[in-house]
Amino acid sequence: MKLNEMTITGLRNLLDKKEIRPSEILDDVYARIEEVEDKIHAYLITTKEQAYKTAAEAEKTIIENKTALLTGIPIAVKDNMCTEGILTTCGSKILYNFIPPYESTVTARMKAQHYLLTGKTNMDEFAMGSSTENSAYYPSKNPWDTGCVPGGSSGGSAAAVAADECIAAIGSDTGGSIRQPASLCGVVGLKPTYGAVSRYGLVAFASSLDQIGPLTKTVADSALLLNVIGGHDPKDSTSAPGEIKDFTKVIGQDIKGMRIGIPEEYFIKGLDSDVEASVKDALKKLEALGAVPVEISLPHTEYAVATYYVIATSEASSNLARYDGVKYGFRRDGKDLLDMYMKTRAEGFGPEVKRRIMLGTFALSSGYYDAYYRKAQQVRTLLKTDFEKAFEKVDIIATPTAPTTAFRFGEKTTDPLQMYLSDIFTISVNLAGVPAISVPCGFSAKRMPIGLQLIGKHFDEASILKAAYAFEQSTEWHLRKPTL
Amino acid sequence: MHIAGLSRLSILDKEAETLRGQLNSILDYVEQLGKLDTANIEPTSHVLPLNNVMREDLVKDSLPIEEALRNAPDGTEKFYRVPKIIE
Repeated sequence: MKLNEMTITGLRNLLDKKEIRPSEILDDVYARIEEVEDKIHAYLITTKEQAYKTAAEAEKTIIENKTALLTGIPIAVKDNMCTEGILTTCGSKILYNFIPPYESTVTARMKAQHYLLTGKTNMDEFAMGSSTENSAYYPSKNPWDTGCVPGGSSGGSAAAVAADECIAAIGSDTGGSIRQPASLCGVVGLKPTYGAVSRYGLVAFASSLDQIGPLTKTVADSALLLNVIGGHDPKDSTSAPGEIKDFTKVIGQDIKGMRIGIPEEYFIKGLDSDVEASVKDALKKLEALGAVPVEISLPHTEYAVATYYVIATSEASSNLARYDGVKYGFRRDGKDLLDMYMKTRAEGFGPEVKRRIMLGTFALSSGYYDAYYRKAQQVRTLLKTDFEKAFEKVDIIATPTAPTTAFRFGEKTTDPLQMYLSDIFTISVNLAGVPAISVPCGFSAKRMPIGLQLIGKHFDEASILKAAYAFEQSTEWHLRKPTL
Repeated sequence: MHIAGLSRLSILDKEAETLRGQLNSILDYVEQLGKLDTANIEPTSHVLPLNNVMREDLVKDSLPIEEALRNAPDGTEKFYRVPKIIE
């Protein structure tokens, strides 16, 4: 096995035993990037030179037996997280030349553990999309079938992990942007509880929903990365205070007696039959492992997408007001200040971003605020209460991650609403702020990956990681690799 | 066009037509929220029970001016430069 095909846990073992050197891992990673990146386009930029420099430092620390959790491990980062001195475009033309003068908390924490940044991954512009087709630069391709999308918005991160162009990656999830691409690319994707991971340095899309999390080849790696990036950060006022937990502790514990809720609203018309079959098999597997299935109801599920598209666009319209051609990024001169703003934003943003800014502006505008924004916030309460009630009866909830396997390029680009509906099973989780993980659970007849979503209580990542690990270890789906 | 203006986006007439159709179909979809009775439901703006997170009012390190200005499309010494506002 080549080193780029391995996991964090596997490489840590070899590195600590001094059987391999960090630069050898990079050799294999960049050879792979060289080999397949033309077909995949997972990255917007690679940071090879810097990675080798850091690898040389990592080697010294290993020789001195001072290794940290990520010493010598190559990890890709979604391009909406600020990396000091390294181009951060957020998949947008409006930030085509933005070099952050500071480091996001998540990457700073990985730096403190000596990770090697392989590059910045492609994404839908401002994380608005479910396919990477909204990237201002180019779409990424699904490694299992390059005629299909990798999902989005963290599609570049998911594709890079699936194609072994990195060992693991970091993504962000506002309505499913980590879990849906993880499902479509056959990797593990975790969206932590809102507030569990600092958003400092994450380019804001919808601040009450955005959350950073890992995309990995295994559940154990997901737990390990969450240990590194999680925990309170005074630089983010929405970061939850409290002790840092060790999520790797639950890896390997059994799930006997764990009550798993199965919501009827997630097995509906429109759910692909291959996806349904795989997820139902997965539920049987969990039962065989000792879990107790419980039928539950999340009655307001059908309203989640509508609620999300009011709340997320409203927050986005406010957050994206900062792109005005003054402080950073693209500027198009105009006849006066207002004209400069209007031209800069018209040229700098892509069509989907403009649509969402306008939708949000409308929902917040005078006379419509109560009917749209306030109404959506009230329905959000109902959706949140659905989960609270369900979690009185169960420990975790299991659902499909996405209604279908990866769709083809162009299939959903003409009708924005169709694209929005591909996040139908992931969106409620962000609105309720609970954690959820997508773990590979099978393949369709066309040999495309399918994901199982496990949803947990607030700050109970431990339970979903425990169940996801037990499931993963009893199956071989996570061991399959795409042929490229 | 009014919403485009509020959004600070200059939009061509042709573009406005497409956008109007798309936005209307999304709003039609959103209308389904009206079916729910939410008369006595408190709105959720945020899922965490955190309010007014404060820190001590102390001067801390901040970005040097040159660093903060480095990404500006136009600037001079200590300032951002914008088109003339006052005639």
